[in-house]
Amino acid sequence: MSRMDRLRTWTVWPMLWKEFLQLRRDRITFAMMTGLPAIQLLLFGYAIQTDVRRLPTVVVDESRTSESRALVQVLQNTDNFTVVASVPDRGVAKRWIERGAARVALVIPPEYQRNIRGGHTGVAQLLIDAADPQSSGAAISGAQLAAAARAQQLLATRLRIVPPVEIRVRPWYNPAQKSAVFIVPGIVGILLTITMTLITSTAIVRERERGTLEQLIVTPIGKVSLMLGKLVPFVLVGYVQMTVVLLLGVLFFAIPIAGSLVLLYALALVFIVASLGVGLLISTVARSQVQAMQLSFFFMLPNILLSGYIFPRAAMPEPAQWVGALLPLTYFLDILRGVLLKGVGVGDLWRQLGVLMVAAVVLFTVSVRRFSKTLD
Amino acid sequence: MTALNPAPTPHADAFVVRTQALHKRFGELIAVQHLDLEIARGEVFGLLGPNGSGKTTTIRMLCGLVLPTSGTAQVAGFDITTSAEQVRRRIGYMSQRYGLYDELTVGENLRFYASVYGLVGRARDERLAQHLDALGLTSRAKQRAGTLSGGWKQRLALACATAHEPDLVFLDEPTAGVDPAARRTFWDTIYQLAQRGTTVLVTTHYMDEAERCQRLAFLSRGALIGLGTPAEIVQQFHAKSVEDVFVMLQEKDEHFTGLYTSKPADGSVAPT
Repeated sequence: MSRMDRLRTWTVWPMLWKEFLQLRRDRITFAMMTGLPAIQLLLFGYAIQTDVRRLPTVVVDESRTSESRALVQVLQNTDNFTVVASVPDRGVAKRWIERGAARVALVIPPEYQRNIRGGHTGVAQLLIDAADPQSSGAAISGAQLAAAARAQQLLATRLRIVPPVEIRVRPWYNPAQKSAVFIVPGIVGILLTITMTLITSTAIVRERERGTLEQLIVTPIGKVSLMLGKLVPFVLVGYVQMTVVLLLGVLFFAIPIAGSLVLLYALALVFIVASLGVGLLISTVARSQVQAMQLSFFFMLPNILLSGYIFPRAAMPEPAQWVGALLPLTYFLDILRGVLLKGVGVGDLWRQLGVLMVAAVVLFTVSVRRFSKTLD
Repeated sequence: MTALNPAPTPHADAFVVRTQALHKRFGELIAVQHLDLEIARGEVFGLLGPNGSGKTTTIRMLCGLVLPTSGTAQVAGFDITTSAEQVRRRIGYMSQRYGLYDELTVGENLRFYASVYGLVGRARDERLAQHLDALGLTSRAKQRAGTLSGGWKQRLALACATAHEPDLVFLDEPTAGVDPAARRTFWDTIYQLAQRGTTVLVTTHYMDEAERCQRLAFLSRGALIGLGTPAEIVQQFHAKSVEDVFVMLQEKDEHFTGLYTSKPADGSVAPT
């Protein structure tokens, strides 16, 4: 018996050797493994910016006074608006917005300064192209901020009083409020999900399609070696991808590494095992490589949309939050951002780690059982 | 049940395959019915029968991939129910689909399968070099398996299945989709293997190939219905050739299943 066991564990090595040769030589797989990190970084690091700044704004200043000019200045100082033109009336401003040349129009009526000086409220109007809620949100909050600031200035000079309440905002962990700092750590999680589900499941299904899996089963290789030989290479690939993304993230996006990398790599393994469970499960369900790919994409979509990778989960309706709570990535993103940006230790991540561990154990045992059965 | 089995005595037996009332049922379906077979060392043995006759299930049981419902068998001296692992180390298997890795070269494929059977180091490299040479694959050792033609793939698949010098090699419809010249050289190789003491168990649909086997077993709906040399089989069924026997059996099978399926549903007339 012991001789047989030795033989079985020993057969992992030829499996690993073969698997790496295949990974290196299969052009599409190799391109997916190396190209995906680069494309994801470019797309999500540079192209996708969820923070809205410098909305093109036109000004209709019918007041033409020092007060109206001061208001425009305050608005521009918020950095949410960039004045692109001054136009004579609302009609022209409307056409600018319709053309898409401006997203916002500030209309200051002729009586604006008179009202302020006369002790009344100076009213100005902000017309917003609110078709895109994200940028209109930025415009609204920017306008409110500007109005409050201007009102305070006027009160202070007119009545010589200090404001009774002031909230001073300090944005921690991402002081410049850059979306790249938020998103790039998430790319690590997305990439690991893709590698462990899509690439792993197609690689296994390919073996079945070509009849090599059947061939392996008749050899004395043993199920354990077969599975280890099939899965371990992807764990290594995942770690290489993770390292590359972190490296590029630090170099090009100034991602802070506030916490322990050793801790991050250790916790990543739990996530990797859980994701491998999903990949293996897909390989037991899919009849062809195309099916495996479709199932993997089907799994990827909620991961990208509902895990909090780009869109904050707090803003989602409750059912969407529940779905997100079922995804291992949701918890791994907390870990990634916690360790990288906040520098927290394992003590603050117990909940996430616990959930991931349960997911890893359940998913992996279920899928290994199912996969074992397909080998009989 | 296992207590009744004699202790396995590897290699002492003249029979490489021995089955006793081997039986396999999948739910309602009886795939193999109380099969008794003995295959001698160095024999080229053909397993014939229409699709669904139980050939594949028999091979899968003999490889230790499927456990029999009842009955037992010894392969290369080991019991398939209790020592499947030992059995697998002493057999080779070549499937219809060849089981080759397209991205790996001829040499790498061979090296991989040899290592899986525990061959390592210089001994392996020397044996593989000889093996490549014997099968005429040396000049193509560095070629990717995916770029080989059907005949060469077949030859490589056989090389991979026999690199560890098994006692018994299973060939599951090995010459499907291969040109006649390649089939002829393939059969020459099979006879060489048999002469060196390797038993060959082959399933095939080509009757000219069946006639090249030393002995044949005919399966029909899971039962062994004919056993002997091709000449004996032809005599037994009062036919002119093995092909006639095969066609006759297949028609009988189709008639049997037809009783249940080919009744017209009702008086409806198909629109024209």
